[in-house]
Amino acid sequence: MDLNLTPQETAFRDELRAWLAANLPKDWDAWREKPLEESFPYLRAWQKKLSADGWAAVSWPKEYGGRSATLMESAIFWEEMARVEAPPMANSLGLGLIGPTIIAFGTEEQKRRFIPKILSAEEIWCQGFSEPNAGSDLASLQTEARLDGHHYIVNGQKVWTSYGWVGSWCELVVRTDPAAPKHKGLTVLLVDMKSPGVEVRPLRQMTGESEFNEIFFRDVRVSVANVLGKVNDGWNVAVSTLMYERGSYGARLHLIFKRNITRLIELSRKFVGNGKPASEDPVIRQKLAQCYAEIEIMRLNQMRAFSRITATGVPGPEGSIQKIFWSELNQRLQQLAQEILGPYGQLTAGDARAVDKGIWSYGYLRTRGNTIEAGTSEVQRNIIGHFVLGLPRSY
Amino acid sequence: MQFGLNESQELLRSNARKFFAAECPSERVRQLMETDTAYDAALWAKMAEQGYTGIIFPEEYGGVGLGTVDLILLMEEAGRALLPGPLFSTVALAGAAIDAVADASSKKKYLEPICSGEACATLAFLEREANWDAGALATTATNGKLNGEKLFVTDAAVTDFIVVAAQNGVYVVNVKAPGLAIERMNGIDMTRKIYALTFNDTPAEKIGETSALGKPLNVATAALAAELVGGMQRTLDMTVEYAKVRKQFGKPIGSYQAVQHQCADMYLETESARSAAYYAAWTLQENTPESATATSIAKMYASDAARTVGNRGIQVHGGMGFTWENDVQLYYKRAKASETMLGDATFHRERIARAAIDTPVHETAKTA
Repeated sequence: MDLNLTPQETAFRDELRAWLAANLPKDWDAWREKPLEESFPYLRAWQKKLSADGWAAVSWPKEYGGRSATLMESAIFWEEMARVEAPPMANSLGLGLIGPTIIAFGTEEQKRRFIPKILSAEEIWCQGFSEPNAGSDLASLQTEARLDGHHYIVNGQKVWTSYGWVGSWCELVVRTDPAAPKHKGLTVLLVDMKSPGVEVRPLRQMTGESEFNEIFFRDVRVSVANVLGKVNDGWNVAVSTLMYERGSYGARLHLIFKRNITRLIELSRKFVGNGKPASEDPVIRQKLAQCYAEIEIMRLNQMRAFSRITATGVPGPEGSIQKIFWSELNQRLQQLAQEILGPYGQLTAGDARAVDKGIWSYGYLRTRGNTIEAGTSEVQRNIIGHFVLGLPRSY
Repeated sequence: MQFGLNESQELLRSNARKFFAAECPSERVRQLMETDTAYDAALWAKMAEQGYTGIIFPEEYGGVGLGTVDLILLMEEAGRALLPGPLFSTVALAGAAIDAVADASSKKKYLEPICSGEACATLAFLEREANWDAGALATTATNGKLNGEKLFVTDAAVTDFIVVAAQNGVYVVNVKAPGLAIERMNGIDMTRKIYALTFNDTPAEKIGETSALGKPLNVATAALAAELVGGMQRTLDMTVEYAKVRKQFGKPIGSYQAVQHQCADMYLETESARSAAYYAAWTLQENTPESATATSIAKMYASDAARTVGNRGIQVHGGMGFTWENDVQLYYKRAKASETMLGDATFHRERIARAAIDTPVHETAKTA
C-alpha cells in the first residue's frame, strides 16, 4: 500500500495543473446554475478545448485521442477537476460510457468514424436502453430490428434517454432475434438521430425539467455497418457499457459531492435557525460529519476499486457498491440541507427569498432519482448478492 | 498510488490468517471465554515467536519494526478469529503508548519484555464519566503515588504492568504494586475481559506526558477499527454460507431478495469500513496532516457498521442466530464492546466536525 503519487503520477498531475491554470474558464460561476439547454454550447466549447490538448478522455488509448492514462491517473484527473471546480464536459455519456464501449467492441472503421467527434463534442451521444416495459429487466426490451438487405428496420420506443434532445447519435439496444432467449437475441446499433422515423419527445420529470426524453422509432433504417459488436451479442455490449457507468462514474461524482459538502458546511455557518448558526447545533454537526466522512469513504472505496481493477484488468460487479453508496449518500446530503434550511428549503429558483438561488430544493428533488437511474438500488443489491457473494439468482 | 497490499503485506495477512485458524479456532475461543481471564499463555508465547507482540516496535527493543498498515492487517485477522486475550491491549494500547511517550530507557525497560513475549500490558484510560477526552482525566499522581479509579480496562488481570493515563502524565504501574485493586467488570463480550482499577497511593513511574498520547491513541483506534472489520468479514462469510444452505419454502433463503439484500448491505458496509481503516492506518504510518480525521472516520464508520452487520447477520440466521451455540452472537458482543471503546461513532463525528466545520473550509479543502 502506497498512497503517495509515483513520479509519473506527479508529472501527470503537474502537467494538468499547469494546463488548468492557463485554460480554466473564469466565467463558469455565471453559467453554473443555468438550465442545461442554455449552458450546453458553453460546455461543448469547454470540452473542445480540453480535447484539443488531449484532456477530454485521458484513460483512452493514445491512438484514439486519449493519454493511455492509468486508472490512478484518471482518478487524479477527476480529483484535480474537482479541486478547481471545473465545468463538466458536454458529451458525458459519449466520453464516459459509449466511447469506451466503441473502443472495446467497434470495428476499426467505426472507431475512426465516431471516436474523434465524441472527443471534440461535435457529436453528442445518448443511450437507448430503457423502455416503458423494460426497466430493471432490461433484457426483456421489445424494440425490434428486422434485417432488410443491408439495413435493419427499427421499430419501438425508448424512455429515460439523457441528452436525447441534443443527441446526434444513439447507442441503441434492439431485439434482432425474437425467438431466442431474452439475453441472446439482442444487438447494439449505432443510430443517427437525424434518420427519418426518429422522433424525440421531452419527458417531464418531477423537478419540472425535461432532462430526459422518450424516443420513438418508426421504420428507421440503420446500416448493418452500424452494428456494434456481434449480431445477437448485444447483451454483452450493453452490460459492458453499464459496468463503465457504475464503475467509473464514481470518480467524476466526487467532483459534485465535494462541492456540495463544502457548500453545505458554508451554509450551516451562515444560516441561523433556533437563535444560532446551524453549524453550532450538535445534531446538525453530527449529520454534517457523517456526510463528510461518507464522501471521503466513497473516494477511498473508489481508489481501492481502481487498485483492484489495475491488478485484475477489468471493471467488475463491485461497481454496484459505488452506485448504491453515492446515490443513497446524495439523498441523505440533500435531506440534511433541508433540515438546515427548514421552511426555506422548499423555495425554488426565482423566489427572492430562496437560499443559493434555489439549488437545495432542486437538489432534494433531483437526487430522489439517483437510486433509480443507472440501475436501481434493488438491482445493484441483486448484482452484489449473485455475482459477488455467490448467492442463488433471485429472479 | 497503490491502495492494494504489497507482497510482504499479503504474506503477513495470509500467515496471520493461517496462524489464528490453526492456533485459535472457534472451539478454543469458546473454551477461553469461559475462563476467568480468557488468556492462554502457550498461545501468547507462539504469538511472540511470530513477532506479533513486537510487530510495530523498533528492532533495538526486540521488535519487528513494521508500520501501522501491518499492525492493521494483523488486527483485522485477530478480529476475524475473535482472538481472546491481551494482544490488542498489549500492542495497540500499552505498547504504542510507551513507544510514543517514553524515553529510551523506559522503552527498553517496558517494550523489550513486550516484544519478547515475557510481559503483557494494557492501558488504563477511562474513568467514571467514561470520557475519551484526555482533558477530562481526574486520576493524578503526587510524589510518585497514584490515586484514582479507572474503568473498562481491558485484560488488566493478566498483565504484568499497566500504563495509566493521568491528569499530570503517563505512568506505569506494576500489576502487583501495593494499593492497586483489580476487580472484574462483567461485560457482554466474554472474549475480552474488562476490569475496574482503584489506585490508593499506588507507586507509579512517570514515563511521559499525557499530551503525547494523541498519536498512539489514534493508532490504537485505527487498529480497533481494523479488528472490527475482521469481525464484520467473518460475520458476513458465516451469513452468506448459511443463506446458501438453509432452505425454507423449498429454496435456499439466500435466493430471496429480502435476505440477499441484507447480505449485499453487509458486504457494502464491510468493504467501506475496510477502506476507511486501511486509509487511516496509512495516514498514521506516514504522519500525514489528515491522520486524526482519517482515524475518526474509520472508527466512526466501523463502530456503526459492525453493529449493523451483526444485526443483519443474526437476522438472516433467524432462530439459529439467537442461539448460544452460533458464533455470530460472539462477534456481535465483541462489536458492541468495541463500538464504545476509544470513542463511539458520536464521539468521533464530533471530532470530524471540529476539523471539517470549525476550520475554515478553504483550509480543509486544501488538506483533503
